[in-house]
Amino acid sequence: MRVQRFWSIIALIFGFTYFALPLIGTLEFSLRARRGVYSLDAYRSVLSDPQFRETFSYSIVMAIFTIFVGALIVVPTAYWVRLKLPRLRPVVEFITLLPLVIPPIVIVFGYIRLYNTSSFLPMTGSVTGTNILLMLGYTTLSLPYMYRAVDTGLRTLDVATLTEAAQSLGAGWTTIIARLILPNVLVAVLSGAFITFAIVIGEFVLASLLNRPAFGPYMQLVGANKAYEPAALAVIAFSITWICMGLIQLVTRFSKHTKAQR
Amino acid sequence: MAFLNIEHLEKFFGTNRVVKDFNLAIEQGEFVSLLGPSGCGKTTVLRMVAGFETTSSGAITIDGQDVTHLRPNQRNIGMVFQSYALFPNLTVAQNVGFGMRVAGHPKSEIKARVDEMLRLIGLPKLGNRYPFQLSGGQQQRVALARALAVQPRVLLLDEPLSALDAKIRVSLREEIREIQRELGITTIFVTHDQEEALSMSDRVVVMNGGVAEQTGAPFEIYNHPTTRFVAQFVGTLNTLSATVIDAKTGQVAVGETPIALNRPLPGAEVGGAINLALRPEVVSLGRKEGRDTILAGRLAEVHFLGSTIRMRVDVGGTLISLDTFNTPDTPPPRIGEAVELSLAERDLLVLTD
Ligand SMILES: Nc1ncnc2c1ncn2[C@@H]1O[C@H](COP(=O)(O)OP(=O)(O)OP(=O)(O)O)[C@@H](O)[C@H]1O
Ligand SMILES: [Mg+2]
Repeated sequence: MRVQRFWSIIALIFGFTYFALPLIGTLEFSLRARRGVYSLDAYRSVLSDPQFRETFSYSIVMAIFTIFVGALIVVPTAYWVRLKLPRLRPVVEFITLLPLVIPPIVIVFGYIRLYNTSSFLPMTGSVTGTNILLMLGYTTLSLPYMYRAVDTGLRTLDVATLTEAAQSLGAGWTTIIARLILPNVLVAVLSGAFITFAIVIGEFVLASLLNRPAFGPYMQLVGANKAYEPAALAVIAFSITWICMGLIQLVTRFSKHTKAQR
Repeated sequence: MAFLNIEHLEKFFGTNRVVKDFNLAIEQGEFVSLLGPSGCGKTTVLRMVAGFETTSSGAITIDGQDVTHLRPNQRNIGMVFQSYALFPNLTVAQNVGFGMRVAGHPKSEIKARVDEMLRLIGLPKLGNRYPFQLSGGQQQRVALARALAVQPRVLLLDEPLSALDAKIRVSLREEIREIQRELGITTIFVTHDQEEALSMSDRVVVMNGGVAEQTGAPFEIYNHPTTRFVAQFVGTLNTLSATVIDAKTGQVAVGETPIALNRPLPGAEVGGAINLALRPEVVSLGRKEGRDTILAGRLAEVHFLGSTIRMRVDVGGTLISLDTFNTPDTPPPRIGEAVELSLAERDLLVLTD
């Protein structure tokens, strides 16, 4: 018992050092922009850079669209698979896992080949088209997380019987999905949404190769040209991710609360 | 033509024929139960009426309209499920008002109907609760109110009481029946509990292996079962093997005891065997006036049930169950004692198959 405890504490300390040391180092470095004293100069410089604000708000807008479109695709699909095609579930699950094994670089080269200006659908020919393409790329990248979250949410519902109850009361498919299924998996959609948000904010490859002014490429640019600002940016990006994780925790705890009462 | 007509209904799952030539005509306001063992196709019939299952062949008409190929949300049928199936994200009032909201009724009208329905089920104060804050019995009553709020043409209930405990089961079945009478709604009730079916229904359909074996009033089904299955499934039944002595006058023998059935036995041969059936309540322990046939046996089992005592008596190798009332000053005989049973010939049912 004692020994076991000893080793788990050792493991904990090791893990903590492994994760925390680089972070603490980065944080410390980002505060040293002024010689001799700690200051927030690097952060001030980053936040006052108009390019930071532009790329950051661009990525936030993209993230919101991505979440919206992702939920619009995933919720009805996961619902339909559970209701009508339970035998196809492994297949659909496999498809949603593909973005984890196919590198984004492959996806984006595929996009550029398929949708270039001389193709049947020249999406890269206009800014809006490229934005849409990028957003769809983000949706693909977040698919594994979004699908799993929603599918887990659906598992707690008796989807078939609830659907039949609603149908016997005169409801059609859109009513059922909008008024019954979506509200009941909203917590799951939200936790999928926060992961999506974190992914989109940090994504580099798609945005860079489609040449859009997103936050990922901006971070890279700053990293290549400045000294203290990249560290400040890294800390900011990390905080955003952690806030997202915290929100997921919060939201799922909230859902457990209602379930415990049930 | 009856209000709800089911004609030559068939259902195949793959090559498995689970409903076979099912026919049923239900009058407006009638309460009909489908009774049968697990897997006999009760739910499948109900789901075809509701539209959740397609029919393989046959027709279903409601109030003269052929609904066989209508989608479930076009049939205007109320459905109550065993698992309640309340919408967890909506309050009780929103659940009850859901159907009317979907149909686009004005808010004031919905509110009035919801209040009326909640009063009908005896839960006028629980409109703002969520389903998880209700007991099982309350949830099922809300489910009933939700189904009735849209004023459906037919109400379907699939074992609505099976998930509840015994006491609530009895009180809720009376409540359901009362509400059904008050609204005069045509109802099909699925159950595998014979007591439920017999006590609630205007008519009972006894199903077996996808076939409707017998349809009739509870009194009829219980006292005049037409098939061996119905006789055995509904109530407790003693079966006796008898030897035919005279087929025309109905003379038979059970073991050594001759019995005059006083009715012709068509198709029976002299010396052949026929099966007789007997309800426990028509057999008396000891001799009793009006019960002239006497069988001698040995008491094999005694089950004290409270107001009644069920005994099993070994008569020449066949166990015969009988019920007697419990009277505090006469304790039951001891196991192994020799006893006499008396019964009237007319209470003996002749089983044909
Ligand atoms: N979707 C289905 N696919 C294949 N077979 C099915 C399906 N639904 C039901 N069955 C089969 O049809 C038969 C009748 O089922 P049904 O559910 O109607 O029985 P039931 O009388 O309601 O039984 P219970 O009292 O257990 O509810 C069963 O043998 C069942 O296995
Ligand atoms: Mg059933």
